[in-house]
Amino acid sequence: MTATFESTVPQSAAGNPIGFGRMLRKEDARFLRGKGRYLDDIALPGMLYGAILRSPYAHARITSIDTSAAEAHPKVKAVITGATLETLNLAWMPTMSGDVQAVLATDKVRFQGQEVAFVVAEDRYAARDALELITVDYELLPPVVDAHRALDADAPVIRTDIDGKGDNRIFDWEAGDAAACDEVFRRPGVVVAEAEILYPRSHPSPMETCGSVAQMDKVTGKLTCWITSQAPHAHRTVYAMVAGLPEHKIQIISPDIGGGFGNKVPVYPGYVCAVVATIVTGAPVKWMEDRSENLMTTGFARDYHMHGEIAATPDGKILALRTTTLADHGAFNATAQPSKFPSGFFSIFTGSYDLEAAHCRVTGVYTNKAPGGVAYACSFRITEAVYLVERMVDVLAHDLGLDPAELRMRNLIQPDQFPYRTKTGWEYDSGNYPLTLQTTLDHAGYKELRAEQAENRARFARTGEGTLMGIGLSVFTEGVGAGPRKHMDILGLGMADGCELRIHPTGKGVLRISVQTQGQGHETTFAQIVAHELGLPPEDVEVVHGDTDQTPFGLGTYGSRSTPVSGAAAAVAARRVREKARIVAAAALECSPDDLEWELGRWQVKGDPTNGRTIQEIALLAHSNLELPEGVEGHLDGSAVYNPPNLTFPNGAYLCVVDVDPGTGEVAVRRFVATDDCGPRINPMIVEGQIHGGLAEGIGMALMQAIAFDEEGNCLGGSFMDYLLPTSLECPSWELAETVTPSPHHPLGCKGVGESATVGSPAAVVNAVIDALGPYGVRHADMPLTPAQVWLAIQGRPARTDLAFGSGGR
Amino acid sequence: MQVTMTVNGDEVTREVEPRLLLVHFLRDHLGLTGTHWGCDTSNCGVCVVAMDGVPVKSCTVLAAMAAGREIRTVEGMEQDGRLDPVQEGFMREHGLQCGFCTPAMMITARALLDVNPDPTAQEIRQAICGTVCRCTGYENIVRAIRWAAEHSDQAAVPA
Amino acid sequence: MQTPAPFEYERATSVGHALALLERFGPEARLVAGGHSLLPMMKLRLADPEYLIDINDLTDLDYVRLAGDTIAIGAMTRHATLLASPVLAEHYPIFADAERVIADPVVRNRGTIGGSLCQGDPSEDLPAVASALSATLVIQGIDETRTVSARAFHTGPYETVVGPAEILTEVRIPIRPGAGSAYEKVERRAGDWGATAGGCFVVLAADGETVVDVGIGLTAVGAPHFCAEAAEAVLRGRPATAENLAAAAAAAAEVTNPQTDQRGPAEYKRHLAGELTRRALRRAVARARGQEA
Repeated sequence: MTATFESTVPQSAAGNPIGFGRMLRKEDARFLRGKGRYLDDIALPGMLYGAILRSPYAHARITSIDTSAAEAHPKVKAVITGATLETLNLAWMPTMSGDVQAVLATDKVRFQGQEVAFVVAEDRYAARDALELITVDYELLPPVVDAHRALDADAPVIRTDIDGKGDNRIFDWEAGDAAACDEVFRRPGVVVAEAEILYPRSHPSPMETCGSVAQMDKVTGKLTCWITSQAPHAHRTVYAMVAGLPEHKIQIISPDIGGGFGNKVPVYPGYVCAVVATIVTGAPVKWMEDRSENLMTTGFARDYHMHGEIAATPDGKILALRTTTLADHGAFNATAQPSKFPSGFFSIFTGSYDLEAAHCRVTGVYTNKAPGGVAYACSFRITEAVYLVERMVDVLAHDLGLDPAELRMRNLIQPDQFPYRTKTGWEYDSGNYPLTLQTTLDHAGYKELRAEQAENRARFARTGEGTLMGIGLSVFTEGVGAGPRKHMDILGLGMADGCELRIHPTGKGVLRISVQTQGQGHETTFAQIVAHELGLPPEDVEVVHGDTDQTPFGLGTYGSRSTPVSGAAAAVAARRVREKARIVAAAALECSPDDLEWELGRWQVKGDPTNGRTIQEIALLAHSNLELPEGVEGHLDGSAVYNPPNLTFPNGAYLCVVDVDPGTGEVAVRRFVATDDCGPRINPMIVEGQIHGGLAEGIGMALMQAIAFDEEGNCLGGSFMDYLLPTSLECPSWELAETVTPSPHHPLGCKGVGESATVGSPAAVVNAVIDALGPYGVRHADMPLTPAQVWLAIQGRPARTDLAFGSGGR
Repeated sequence: MQVTMTVNGDEVTREVEPRLLLVHFLRDHLGLTGTHWGCDTSNCGVCVVAMDGVPVKSCTVLAAMAAGREIRTVEGMEQDGRLDPVQEGFMREHGLQCGFCTPAMMITARALLDVNPDPTAQEIRQAICGTVCRCTGYENIVRAIRWAAEHSDQAAVPA
Repeated sequence: MQTPAPFEYERATSVGHALALLERFGPEARLVAGGHSLLPMMKLRLADPEYLIDINDLTDLDYVRLAGDTIAIGAMTRHATLLASPVLAEHYPIFADAERVIADPVVRNRGTIGGSLCQGDPSEDLPAVASALSATLVIQGIDETRTVSARAFHTGPYETVVGPAEILTEVRIPIRPGAGSAYEKVERRAGDWGATAGGCFVVLAADGETVVDVGIGLTAVGAPHFCAEAAEAVLRGRPATAENLAAAAAAAAEVTNPQTDQRGPAEYKRHLAGELTRRALRRAVARARGQEA
């Protein structure tokens, strides 16, 4: 049963909802005054600055490194090279995918920008100066740039560091039923549509780059690292495993983070160098990368080359979907996703449709590019999966001459089919897809838009002037909240998260959580969860996060998992506190706990409501001399480690309207309508903000963002002059709607929403542009649909966007 | 060399290298870390401060070039414990998430409202297009600035 | 963030002072005005001057004024001022068209017309505007002041005729009664350099038909001196019909030598040169006829 969530929630003295509802954010108080504490704001006495010398070449042997001039610089305190790290067994470090990655290059450099040396100096200007004093001699090697050529017999082998490695293959993985698919595709009368669909390499590019301040206290042996990290506990454990430092002597602090988007999950060489540098120099060392380092070397996203095939009846019943996909992982396999899923959750590519069969095969390859692939709100490759299926559905609509909305509506999973088991093994928890799609169509005025488009096309046919209107849809299912520890771990660490709630004697609460906000508003929404469960005003609940010394273990914030996992842990912990409070209240009221009923914020005697105790009163009682029953300890606290039974499956339906200028190829986004279903919304204001942000990403990826490479392996997206992010002028005024189908297995029914809009939006924009180009017979063109690419598509020859314009093609 | 300038109403003098960028002068020499930086190529606009009343990218101004000028940063927006209506608007309309671009957006907004007290949404989008935000999708920033425009006569609530 | 190499800094108090400093410091000195071309290059260590001469105090070079039948623009005039100038809006809306799409509003508070012309970036917009209008540029040296046509000002990418101890001080544009002008630009995103851009002016005869005079400027496509004289010749003296405008546009595309880069392949830019010239001519003609604001 779906209904818009209604709020009859009482207000606290400060005007905040005691529970779910629109609440202004607590964290704003410091950000509005410029008093946030971001990594580069940290200044410790005696702090030194690190800078990294990087390779200008994509593939080369290092024949010599001379650091003497840099070491002689009066402000330089240390210079570290791969040779230095080798003596500490730290020249290589494990990645989150079972591979190894160079911290500082020793034998070869394998991508442009790879780390070669680390200087430590008194200030950042001197550190930058010192980089120019290091001389490195390289012997160039031919690079592997085109992923499609990585497995050629004569392709240069990149990972010569791996014993016996004779090619650039990383893995082959498949899911679904190939035989069942074959049967469907070969059925007589079945229509098959095929397309080559690239999701180009892009980069999350938060406005704050990555960095770390490392401080080793020689006396206590404690290492404290401030890191721009979305997963401080995971980083701590990795540091312990990698550096052999005792884990109880490592403290990781994530301060305020200026955006993460998955970019701040991996452990980067700069962080490790900062740790080595603080040990070597005895002083705190800050390493803060600049923007070109961020774009060229930190965790990129996507780079999936997908061959898609969709089988359907001629009148539009979709039967099966299959894909063979090439995954470009760069020079090291450093993707961060649950270890049993080398291709993440890509197998969710069956989307929101009820199919008979599905199969995917993914081959991962090395290339001479930066490592990464899982980042940028992808929900572990679900961005790629959704883009594939939503483009294939539109290609099918194009080939069959069917309306894309009707084609989708006809094939959606129906409400009575939930929980729905997909043909690749996912169990979707809940949804009302037809209602969600209809909500979007109604909100957008779909019929009127198509009528307007018909007039627009007639006018264009007559005059040849003006813009062409396009309408694009994307209906998507997401899977977030990783995940059940039996199936999901990263580096062997199960993806269950802890939470601790303590109520002080005067009735104020402290909630310690394992996830890490980078703007999502956890300090506010998690307080609202406690308010919802316990009736404490949110302003009376302090949320503590980011410091591993102060918070319980968890796998961090990415994959939209904060609400589904940590939010659930918070609810469970709060419920345990509530149950303990019941016992304390019963002791004070001299009755049985079974005689009590809960009214928000208060345990009271059933049938005698004036006889009760508020949670604040109970807190004081729990710390008092009140005699408590046998087996019940004092104080008022509770904790939980939440092991989610399944992912949650937020979903949505998006519609984009564009106007394309065929003379120039320019695309203007006129409207964007988004209906999201993430279950109940803890704070609708924050949920909408998350959606707005993700929709902007869709415009960016569809129209302007991509990192391409030329034939020599030079990265062509290494600055904001070429890696373009959408501004206020490219984004329309977003139009949002909602449907609400709670998750049956989450304690609050909440599903998480952080990445939904990023997952669902690119297809809507691309589908709209391709739709606009209907009069030219365009069937598909790869993102980003820059003006040049649109113009080329009109000429019938869209370019490969992973390579430089003008490079050789396939 | 020595540079003297007025920052948030106070005259400050420091000894600096000529090559010191204004953003680093403000952050590292004056401890005003509310102004941030985000790129190398003067594109992202996260470093915007007001110089002689006009928004400028402080990563592309030398401290030496700012000598003798009047600089306003986010730290100077709150007056006598009262938030500027722009700050209030950003809070009420959820115009910030991670907060990193927010000081730049607010300085730009204040400068806009000072010359155009009743801007349209499109004029607002024009004015802020020099600063990139990755979190908000801009809609709530526009609403925040409209809120400030509509409540400029209201004394800002005490912080 | 990247940071510049060390240098010495001086602030000029007058044009004469700036010239004296240029002479004293020699070829390792650069003037800095808005700084949004030079400073980014210095931060990336692509430019490495030993001396920086700050001319932002030369506020008496910041003006847009009518001097008889000439518009005089001081070299220190900021982009934001050009965009808002009522004098330019009245006589040459090509300026507002171009300024609206130059960088972003914050950068426009600092960048200057002098800096834009002297930087000579092959994708810079104001050189195309100045060339389209056949502006006259005033260059002051220690001993003499000379004038140069905008079309002779640039000698190559990032190269101008301004000598080591000279400063561009003024840009002069003749007022052409009845002129219409316009600028068109295609960019991948607001604030990006243009994939192609260009603008023009036309003067029509009293009958509103014959093109008495025309100037066509182009940037980002390797057009020599940022203009397309051959295309002007195709149109000058002819009626402003759609066919003739198209012919001039096609001729403009012919003079280009665009480079393939991530803004697009050369063939696309050449196409755009023609398409944008056609659109700019059409709008300029409409404005000359009083049909469009």
